[in-house]
Amino acid sequence: MIVLEVTVFLLVAAAGTAVVLTRNPVNQAIVASFYGLVLGIMFLVYQAPDVALSQITVGAVALPLMILLALAKVRALEGSRRRDDDR
Amino acid sequence: MTPRLRRRVFLAAAAVAGAWLLWGLTGLPDYGVYNGPYGDVLNRVAVAERKATNVVASVTFDYRGVDTMGEEYILFAAVLGVATLLRAQRDETEQPPDEDAADRHAPATSNAVRVIGLGLVGPVVLFGIYVVAHGHLTPGGGFQGGVVLATGALLVYLSGEYVTLRRVSPEVLTDAAESVGAAGYVAIGLLGVVAGATFLTNVLPLGRPGALLSAGTIPPINLAVGLEVAGGFVLLLSEFLEQTLVIRRPGEVT
Repeated sequence: MIVLEVTVFLLVAAAGTAVVLTRNPVNQAIVASFYGLVLGIMFLVYQAPDVALSQITVGAVALPLMILLALAKVRALEGSRRRDDDR
Repeated sequence: MTPRLRRRVFLAAAAVAGAWLLWGLTGLPDYGVYNGPYGDVLNRVAVAERKATNVVASVTFDYRGVDTMGEEYILFAAVLGVATLLRAQRDETEQPPDEDAADRHAPATSNAVRVIGLGLVGPVVLFGIYVVAHGHLTPGGGFQGGVVLATGALLVYLSGEYVTLRRVSPEVLTDAAESVGAAGYVAIGLLGVVAGATFLTNVLPLGRPGALLSAGTIPPINLAVGLEVAGGFVLLLSEFLEQTLVIRRPGEVT
């Protein structure tokens, strides 16, 4: 059991660091999704399945999705500004 | 403020905050030691008192039901805020979604994504209903199940087109689900007042622990939260998609 706990802690630390070190926002959203999943596994290992379910649905699905959609809109706007500058 | 001065201010603040944090960490209970009385008390009395085998649900939807109502309304207000922010502005026009634009051909969804996505919609929706309906028996509940249900709508978008998503989740329906869910929580709470007790008192028959119909008001509240969360998340998703795919500022590239 202790091996599992240490492993999951190390995974969380590694995934969290990976989120910070990823500089491209699109990639970061995907890495954050993986981090959410790992965090969910940690909650499961510590016998909090309710929290694990919330964590997986929000951290691994909802949050990265909102980031991706917001990025898509921002990029479309940036494209329009660039086109305005060219005129 | 020069960068050098800024760094000094940061280092000083970080040192103080770090020392404070370490000082706090030394006072933590040992690993795996639980000191609080509430968990032990709940483990002893909760199942007998509320007939819900998932004690977490007893706490969130009964003993501390008002807290959860507040949380539900935080989500409600957040979705409302996003919907307000993402509404079409005066200088924005609606255009056909990217997929239909004449000058642009979005890459077609691959058959693999289509088949897996559509194949998953049914099981995901079923699993969402299961998680909502069994919130008082097993881990899960209205919030988790609601998000899982909303994932079904996301899968429809991923394996089809934006128009398909709108067709399976009309705005009238998502709006109604969100509001009925939010209002339902309060209505169930008022049942207690009607019965002559306090707000959110568990006045419905409690039944037998482990039965699907048990734990009194907990399953109906879970259902209300499930509706609210599913409606809210689908609304969020479609508002974002609408802003991204349909609504354009003049001159905005698609």
